Amino acid sequence: MMTNEEIKAFISGIQPSATYDETGEWLNIHVDASQWKSLANLLRNAPFNFDYLFSLTCIDWKTHMTMVYHLSSTLHRHTIVLKAKVDRADAQIESVSDIWKTAEFHEREVYDLFGVRFSNHPDMRRLILTDDFEGYPLRKDFDDPVNMIKL
Amino acid sequence: MYTETQIVERPAVIDPFEGDGENLVINIGPQHPATHGVLHLVVTLNGETIKKVEPHLGYIHRSIEKMCESLSYRQFIYVTSRMDYLSAHINNHACAMTVEKGMQIEVPARAQYIRVIMDELTRIASHELWWGAMAMDLGAFTPFFYAFRERETINDIMEQTCGARLTMNYMVPGGVMADLHPTFQQKVKDFITLFKSNIDEYDELVTGNIIFQSRTKGVGYLSKEDAISYGCTGPVGRGSGVSCDIRKIYPYEVYNQVQFDEMLETGGDSFSRYQVRVKELRESIKIIEQLIDNVPAGDYLAKTKAVLKLPKGEFYTRVETARGELGVYIVSEGGTTPYRIKFRSPGFSNLSALDHMVRGSKIGDLMATMGTLDLVIPDIDR
Repeated sequence: MMTNEEIKAFISGIQPSATYDETGEWLNIHVDASQWKSLANLLRNAPFNFDYLFSLTCIDWKTHMTMVYHLSSTLHRHTIVLKAKVDRADAQIESVSDIWKTAEFHEREVYDLFGVRFSNHPDMRRLILTDDFEGYPLRKDFDDPVNMIKL
Repeated sequence: MYTETQIVERPAVIDPFEGDGENLVINIGPQHPATHGVLHLVVTLNGETIKKVEPHLGYIHRSIEKMCESLSYRQFIYVTSRMDYLSAHINNHACAMTVEKGMQIEVPARAQYIRVIMDELTRIASHELWWGAMAMDLGAFTPFFYAFRERETINDIMEQTCGARLTMNYMVPGGVMADLHPTFQQKVKDFITLFKSNIDEYDELVTGNIIFQSRTKGVGYLSKEDAISYGCTGPVGRGSGVSCDIRKIYPYEVYNQVQFDEMLETGGDSFSRYQVRVKELRESIKIIEQLIDNVPAGDYLAKTKAVLKLPKGEFYTRVETARGELGVYIVSEGGTTPYRIKFRSPGFSNLSALDHMVRGSKIGDLMATMGTLDLVIPDIDR
């Protein structure tokens, strides 16, 4: 098990601009979206072995969106949360589906419901909605006049 | 009255993916009995060999996450019973625990015991249904009746205490909604006695069956590395040797006070996943036996405010449902409703591995593999 301090020191060495938040249950790290992929590659391998991506989702903050990755290690049992800010008008981030295979499905879901495009994703299509659907339902400004979603 | 069918020359089916004209694309579902719900699989075949399986989701997507954004912290729990309807108690449990974590509500000991007993009864009921349906997928009809014989007993017990058989909505923030029915403990004990005498029949009927074994052994292989990479949890992960039981790794409620083993198999095939689930039935019985006589007296529901407000922040809870790890992720802005809620459902991640598991095998093995994934479609579609 690695302490939060060790993880922080490692990430600061690669990405000095990263900010940390330890108020929650796990260490939250805000990283730059453009460098996320190279960092993910390093986190996946030794010494951290974050081999288990157990949640991948997005939050719409109306001004911008945040991608949230929950990573855990089945070897060391430590958990971190990585967050990357993406632009709302041109939402785009590098895909990590070649590092954690489960991301392929989760990224398609996020693309479908939030409209974040994942570059280098092998199969970037809508997963749940039909291909001709317009809009991204989980965005805060989405409003469907026909189907009541908001209750 | 009867006209002879004319044989019409059909053009070769054009494969939308590779276009070599040799492949056949068939749709399985969404209305197909073997998918146990409304899963739509687009399967590309070459002869009988599977080249690709593409799940198409969304047939019963209700956008529960969006709905929850306008429901209060007391209301949103009711919707979650409709996700994985076979683990309704455990879904409610996860949501209640997230709200309790955010508001720092202390749950009375009695409620904790009741919750764990209910969770384990749910797990048994869920595995029972899976066991019957799995055997039915492979052509054996009798096991279904055996499984439902015991499952009905659990549903009756649930109905007495919770007032519902499937969507219980029994666990609320602070504890449980109502106290146990006076005959609950006796009925559970009667059930355990009955179940223990019946569970050996399961092995005799199915596990040792040579046809069943040859249909499942070596089928749908998933290596340990792939299981982790695909995020497979629950019996799917444990069938591949991944230690992923949340009850053991991150114990919640009274799971750290009971003795039980995490069932691990290293085969990684359908038969291993089958064995994990059947063994878990016995483990669940062990847990219930340790708790049923020791339910402490006292309150079953902590005193909470009428309107629940979570402080600003993020809260994540992990529990072990019958299918694997369920995560509830609430982002709160301090209001009475969640700003964003995400359910990390076990079925969704387990399904993502299906294509990898069945590529190159025969189409008959698809059902044997899907059966042991134990997919519940409302859990995947949410």
